[in-house]
Amino acid sequence: MLKIRIIPCLDVKDGKVVKGTKFINLKYAGDPVKQAQIYDKQGADELCFLDITASSDKRNILYNVVKKTAQKCFMPLTVGGGVRSIEDIRKLLLCGADKVSINTAAIKDPKLIKKSSSKFGNQCIVVAIDAKQIKKNKWEIYTHGGRKKTGIDAIKWAKKMENFGAGEILLTSMDKDGTKSGFDLKLTKKISNSVNIPVIASGGVGNIQHLIDGIKIGKASAVLAASIFHYGKYTLRQVKNKMKEKGIAVRI
Amino acid sequence: MKIALIDYGSGNIQSAYKALELVSNYKKKISVISNSKDLLKVDKIILPGVGAFADCMKGLKSISGMIDILNEIVLEKKKPFLGICVGMQLLATEGKEKGNHKGLGWIAGKVIKIKKKNRIKIPHMGWNTVKIISKHPILKRKKFESYFVHSYNFVCKDKKNILATCNYQQNITAIVGKENIIGTQFHPEKSQKIGLEILKNFISWNY
Repeated sequence: MLKIRIIPCLDVKDGKVVKGTKFINLKYAGDPVKQAQIYDKQGADELCFLDITASSDKRNILYNVVKKTAQKCFMPLTVGGGVRSIEDIRKLLLCGADKVSINTAAIKDPKLIKKSSSKFGNQCIVVAIDAKQIKKNKWEIYTHGGRKKTGIDAIKWAKKMENFGAGEILLTSMDKDGTKSGFDLKLTKKISNSVNIPVIASGGVGNIQHLIDGIKIGKASAVLAASIFHYGKYTLRQVKNKMKEKGIAVRI
Repeated sequence: MKIALIDYGSGNIQSAYKALELVSNYKKKISVISNSKDLLKVDKIILPGVGAFADCMKGLKSISGMIDILNEIVLEKKKPFLGICVGMQLLATEGKEKGNHKGLGWIAGKVIKIKKKNRIKIPHMGWNTVKIISKHPILKRKKFESYFVHSYNFVCKDKKNILATCNYQQNITAIVGKENIIGTQFHPEKSQKIGLEILKNFISWNY
């Protein structure tokens, strides 16, 4: 039986881990390679790096972080943030990433998803969606780390990206991100039921019950969280044991 | 002993390379090989693979003499061979991803799309339980979890070539094997401790 995936995420800025609230107010918190190794030992099912470095001339720092991590952690690694071209994707894959997450660039040029998925395989291409609720049962997509609204409907966009060859959707609720009040379960369920590819729920996890709800109510295939692991509130082991107790298929 | 990791432009071989270095305690020579002549001097071959079946096959064919030399050292000289993910699928007679394409044909069978049943998500992505159904020197456990990411399934003509399966609302071929040839649908280089163990066993396997 396929297990639900628990994915700790590291937001990386200038080669250091940070964690923000609602995409602003960033707090610095450590070395991403070391942190990745800790998660690896604790039994994380995948790792995710989101690069939020503003200037592109510091891009090489990220490549080094990915390279070092892939040399130490023998587990799936997704890298996102600032990925704009086929060349960016190739570089990350060569550094040892398994999947690349694309957000803003997919909206600017949806064909990038078509081109990249046929070049590197659907399984490599994760489309990241940052969505904000605008009215009942309606969510809109934002780009540039949550700063720019696009007018695009999140559900329609998810379906389009699936058709264009995305292998997975990384769905973040901007209303919930950083609030520790749980995922946007309605949004997660809507998207998960609308596409045939796996959906990773993200944004808002404050406790283990939130992760359980993301799977049971939100119907996500994987759950992503940053701060609950990062600040040591729970280890992955604790989270998985608890989820198993509640009847969720996890890898122990 | 020389171990070859074949680089034919198919995505990431960095992790496989680093994993092999680690499990051989940095003592054995792991060579990344992208031309067919260098392959004649090796003792063991690993064929990774990420992407579409046809693209990978095309990548292999584009290296002059590669298919002939592979046939020679694997089929005639019986050097131990490990295929990973699409590298395992390429062992088949035929792949049905984006049209019909000929594979290496070392293990009879077809690679077909995973059947969409009960709202399962495709790709089959994540950790699944692998159940060993036929003993093999490099497989020391009866059941373990490994990382999969694929949308196609290797259906073997002769069931005895299926060494392990996993369940995804249908039987998915997890490991195929025949004499000196073995292939895993999952990624041992991404399956943490258990995956490294399999790579280590492959390195010390004498067929």
